[in-house]
Amino acid sequence: MPITRDEVAHLARLSRIALSPAELDHLAPQLDQIITAVAQVQEVAAEGIPPTSHATGLTNVFRDDEPYVCLTPKQALDQAPAVEQQRFKVPRILGED
Amino acid sequence: MPAELTRMTAAELSAALATGEVSATEVTQAHLDRIAAVDDRVHAFLHVAADQALEQAATIDTEHRRGTRRSPLAGVPVAVKDVFTTIGLPTTCGSRILEGWHPPYDATITTRLKQAGAIVIGKTNMDEFAMGSSTENSAFGPSHNPWDLDKVPGGSSGGSAAAVAAYEAPLAIGTDTGGSIRQPASVCGIVGTKPTYGGSSRYGVVAFASSLDTPGPFGRTVLDAALLHEAMSGYDPCDSTSIDAPVPPVVAAAREADVSGMRIGVVTELSGEGYQSGVLSRFAEAVELLESLGAKVTEVSCPHFKYALPAYYLIAPSECSSNLARFDAMRYGLRVGDNGDRDAEEVMALTREQGFGAEVKRRIILGTYALSSGYYDAYYGKAQQVRTLIIRDFDAAFGQVDVLVSPSTPTTAFALGERADDPMAMYLADLCTIPSDLAGNAALSVPCGLAPENGLPVGLQVMAPALADDRLYRVAAAAEAAFTGRWGHPLLAEAKGLLS
Repeated sequence: MPITRDEVAHLARLSRIALSPAELDHLAPQLDQIITAVAQVQEVAAEGIPPTSHATGLTNVFRDDEPYVCLTPKQALDQAPAVEQQRFKVPRILGED
Repeated sequence: MPAELTRMTAAELSAALATGEVSATEVTQAHLDRIAAVDDRVHAFLHVAADQALEQAATIDTEHRRGTRRSPLAGVPVAVKDVFTTIGLPTTCGSRILEGWHPPYDATITTRLKQAGAIVIGKTNMDEFAMGSSTENSAFGPSHNPWDLDKVPGGSSGGSAAAVAAYEAPLAIGTDTGGSIRQPASVCGIVGTKPTYGGSSRYGVVAFASSLDTPGPFGRTVLDAALLHEAMSGYDPCDSTSIDAPVPPVVAAAREADVSGMRIGVVTELSGEGYQSGVLSRFAEAVELLESLGAKVTEVSCPHFKYALPAYYLIAPSECSSNLARFDAMRYGLRVGDNGDRDAEEVMALTREQGFGAEVKRRIILGTYALSSGYYDAYYGKAQQVRTLIIRDFDAAFGQVDVLVSPSTPTTAFALGERADDPMAMYLADLCTIPSDLAGNAALSVPCGLAPENGLPVGLQVMAPALADDRLYRVAAAAEAAFTGRWGHPLLAEAKGLLS
């Protein structure tokens, strides 16, 4: 199933990447080619084969809930693009209305 | 003296440091001088840690004078891929989005290297967020293959491989998600290992595909790689996928170097069309050599390996699309377009547009597609089933043989620019290495000669079951000893130009 330029634009929005029209023109046919190639997995993956999400077989790894020395607020905020009153300062997250 | 120090292996440096014949400061300075002399042409390093390295070396020298020796690697320089967090040094992952970022903590492996007394000499170049097979996806320009500066050094850990091949460091660490240690090792003519998944800690390794990412060592000899493998590995409670088991006896296996009686399987499917003729002829020679050393060689079929590449290019992008969501311009890293009018989502999208390169965007979008409702079952779900089939192929194969072998990558180093804008051609570089990543077992690449048609190095891949990493070193060390005996010198001695 081919992937269209509009679909790639939609996926870019979902991915929070403001692709330029030129990039969309370039990426859409490449993604179409890649998706056609990777669709081969559908040839062999028959019903009843269990999926593998990771190979170690580990499940539910917990640690004891004990206090330990962690980053200070100064260390945590040291690399922030903007800081105010010992907090990360971010652009507004709600719309006007 | 300084020029010779850079030609010594880590094992030789370790011995010379132990007797006090050389100091850690001398060894470190010699490598810093070598970097200063050649790295403008190789571009293996993104950051050279001269001051920190000399400071560390002075500490080690003081300890040695007092009779304390931390480990065999005390005073030996190690180059670190720029994906491992390092206090006091930038960690960019080859990306503009992390340019100038100074992580507030050390990766567990960084800590272990420091505790072992190894000297962190700098951070090496890589494909952005470890996505690529050539280092051409680095936002800071590609590294060059020391054998031929117009060729790629492989990737994504190409800077680490190039640094070791160019004698800028005796050892380096990288990460392997689809072949990012073995493929660069192969095309640079050195040794590189992907340990068993969970055998080396991912804590402080900036995540690309968490179910696949595996840190591992590079060295110019099998023993050197084993020494670093042992020093960096082992259980880490900070990594929830870390395996709580002893590190396999890799150094002992590298010293034994004995394959007599071992059952070695040649993978039928990792050969034939698409493989360079010189790669196949050198591989065939390596197999004959192992047989002459007493190994029992058979051909083994792994019928689902041909689906490994497509499965990987669904699983890895899916995981990356989720992992790289953390680069949201809010808490660290680049922030673009925050003019007071735009909302957080717009700033995020502008930042990610400017901060990520083309391959990273391709994979995030591909992963978003594979995970989106309506396509999840057809793509990500099917890929996970294929992963099961590949594990079953390995299980069946390891029921018959102790290790599997194949070429490490289908071709020798390709030219810079040749595949840069052809993603499918680039992805084929990982054809032989991806199965072991999907299965989480252990594999390494060891040099097995030069392709007659272009004089560039070819790698032999050895694959072993999970937690049997020692078998890799046993086979590779035996092959290395026999090959070196036949050639009369290590393979790197045949390189011309920069390396002569």
